[in-house]
Amino acid sequence: MQVTLRIKRFNPEKDKEAWWGEYKIEAEPTDRLLDALNHVKWYLDGTLTYRRSCAHGICGSDAMQINGSNHLACKLLLKDLGQRITIEPLPGYTVIKDLLVDMDTFLAKYRSVKPYLITHTPEPEKERLQSPGEREKFDDTTKCILCGACTSGCPSFWADGDYVGPAAIVNAHRFLFDSRDDGGEDRMEILNTLDGVWRCRTIFNCVEACPRGINVTRAIGEVKKALLYRKI
Amino acid sequence: MVERYDAVVVGAGGAGLMAALQLAGHGQVAVLSKLYPTRSHTGAAQGGIGAALGNMEEDHWEWHMFDTVKGSDYLADQDAVEILCREAIETVYDLEHWGLPFSRTPDGRIAQRPFGGHTKEFGKAPVRRSCYAADRTGHMILQTCYQQCIKHEVHFYNEYHVLDLLIEDGRCAGVVGLCLATGEIHTFPAKAVLFATGGCGKMYRVTSNALSLTGDGMAVVYRRGVPLEDMEFFQFHPTGIYKMGILLSEAARGEGAVLRNKLNERFMERYAPTMLDLAPRDMVSRAIYQEIREGRGIDGKNYVYLDMTHLGKEVLDKKLPDITEFVRTYLGIDPLTQPVPIQPTAHYAMGGIPTDVEGRVVIDEKNTPLPGLYAAGEVACVSVHGANRLGTNSLVDILVFGRRSGRHALKFVQENDWVHLPANADERARAMVSQVLNSTGKERAADIRDALQDEMMDKASVFRDAQGLTAVREKLGELRDRYRKVKAEDRGARYNTELLEVIELGCLLDLADVLVDSALARQESRGGHFREDFPKRDDANWLKHTLAYQSPKGIELKYKPVTITKFQPMERKY
Repeated sequence: MQVTLRIKRFNPEKDKEAWWGEYKIEAEPTDRLLDALNHVKWYLDGTLTYRRSCAHGICGSDAMQINGSNHLACKLLLKDLGQRITIEPLPGYTVIKDLLVDMDTFLAKYRSVKPYLITHTPEPEKERLQSPGEREKFDDTTKCILCGACTSGCPSFWADGDYVGPAAIVNAHRFLFDSRDDGGEDRMEILNTLDGVWRCRTIFNCVEACPRGINVTRAIGEVKKALLYRKI
Repeated sequence: MVERYDAVVVGAGGAGLMAALQLAGHGQVAVLSKLYPTRSHTGAAQGGIGAALGNMEEDHWEWHMFDTVKGSDYLADQDAVEILCREAIETVYDLEHWGLPFSRTPDGRIAQRPFGGHTKEFGKAPVRRSCYAADRTGHMILQTCYQQCIKHEVHFYNEYHVLDLLIEDGRCAGVVGLCLATGEIHTFPAKAVLFATGGCGKMYRVTSNALSLTGDGMAVVYRRGVPLEDMEFFQFHPTGIYKMGILLSEAARGEGAVLRNKLNERFMERYAPTMLDLAPRDMVSRAIYQEIREGRGIDGKNYVYLDMTHLGKEVLDKKLPDITEFVRTYLGIDPLTQPVPIQPTAHYAMGGIPTDVEGRVVIDEKNTPLPGLYAAGEVACVSVHGANRLGTNSLVDILVFGRRSGRHALKFVQENDWVHLPANADERARAMVSQVLNSTGKERAADIRDALQDEMMDKASVFRDAQGLTAVREKLGELRDRYRKVKAEDRGARYNTELLEVIELGCLLDLADVLVDSALARQESRGGHFREDFPKRDDANWLKHTLAYQSPKGIELKYKPVTITKFQPMERKY
């Protein structure tokens, strides 16, 4: 099939403003959008710049805005996108070059929720026990690959760049609901603020954007509930 | 720019992060990574980490050791394998203590499942040794290690690409890297440098490897006179999604999935009567190629089926959720009701930078260490995997030897000083970059890379022979000439990813040369290296490791003995 890619370009060393580039390519319907981007870069315009690595939806490198919503470029097939495809960088983050955006601010928010196991009991010789039921409680939020699609697609984040964001809350949830973790109090302090969980307006963009199928809004809701019940 | 550290770790996958954790807080350490750490390929590993915990049934590290040695077709160094299998157990418990969310048994312990080549009682029957977290074990390991690095405030240089290794007076003196964001070349003087840069699957057309796996670390040290060991041994994982190469974990077969040809036959019955579909990967891949050759591929084409239709929704949802999703997303079929088209995919480099069991890089047949230089993970060759790696053993390898090499590097930096670097230490790196940016050539990197990948896939993959390998060698010479005239359209400094891809291509060309020469010289078949003109294993002449050195006259090959302790080489039947 013939596909036209409309890609938002910006070279910080040359351009004052972003501009739209159009690229017509021949491709298979079962090709990934990433395959199409690679085709443009490798055979048409070597300056096209974007992040990518695993090409099968695991590493989170190639999150971008495709036909108006956030996705991983390697998880979309051309046959599902139509013959005219619009590709832009993730919204909400500073654009550095073409489809490559600043991820450091996003990662700083992630780090701020202390995303590591905090225990107050001595380590056993073997594994700490955890029942399958306990394990299930935080299974969804262990899947996060830090791609940034959720936070950058959140209107509350667009309105307030200090909002810690869905991804950070998901990664806090992963520990808050892990029966082995004792760091609840530490994290609650960070999350129980105006720019913590309370900025969430249950808009659900994050759920739509998440390439791992995490129910982000539900996870945020569970954290809100935990905060409320502890206070009461 | 010059930034001095006690130790520099290059690579931020499981091995690099593990090594960094040993060094952090005890000295000035920096981790250089061409990707943000959680993008590393460790995250793509699926099936599990092998350790003889014995949570599901009786198990011992000695059995694990036997399986690994036999799986390696007796080329692995057994002193290293013993360490791997013994330390696997405490490594898994450490991961759990750090919070890794393993899948659990009903009584709350770490769940384990069967995996290819893993047996009880020295080969009697499959054993449940693979400790898993659904089919995202690698993701969990990468995340958990990175979380620990955040906790211990490890210092990262993200999106820095290693260009050169510095050696002065026979000692490691540091590395030179390219900062992708600015295009600036940075020199990092260091007492110790640890390479954990992963494999080089992108030299093949069909691979499970990420686009970033271009063997940079291997090429960089090779160009400075360090030999590469056992490069001819490359593993093809049997079950990659047809044409795409995306990995479908061996865990599927561990849960009962079966390979079928066009006659709907479970053909592994003919090739491995005891282990069947859980025979080691090199054997299964050859079996698939053989079936296809003899016209029993599906529709007579070059793929077979992975049949998961009898596993049931519960197993697919709970134990194989990610690969179920891959099949639905990329093939548009439901593995619950339809068999999945698969073919062998280039997966793992058994060879690499030679090291001893402390992770020290050794540079000759006598295993002489190069002071201050370390390597761990897939980039290294200890050798624990010999001619073929068992599934789940790479995750053990990266953590056990990532830790050991990190610990030894720490001792080294505490007992040693920096080596003086000349003012023009970054000369070679600058020249490499400048050559690309100022090139007047007209060759496109993608065209050269396409030709390389097709040629390697065609003649240097599962089945090899002298004629094919010689043809590849000639083609590589041609490609190298074309590479000298490669151009990059992007002449900018900031985030010049085109420049990066040209540099990566150079690494792949060097490594392909080494692989092909090593394969041409080894006139026997062993593990992942199968010669149709020499189909038998030949212990009398070839029970030894290959060492390939770059030299002005071409590649020089030397050999060193295999360390055999507990298990004498035997016929490898499953």
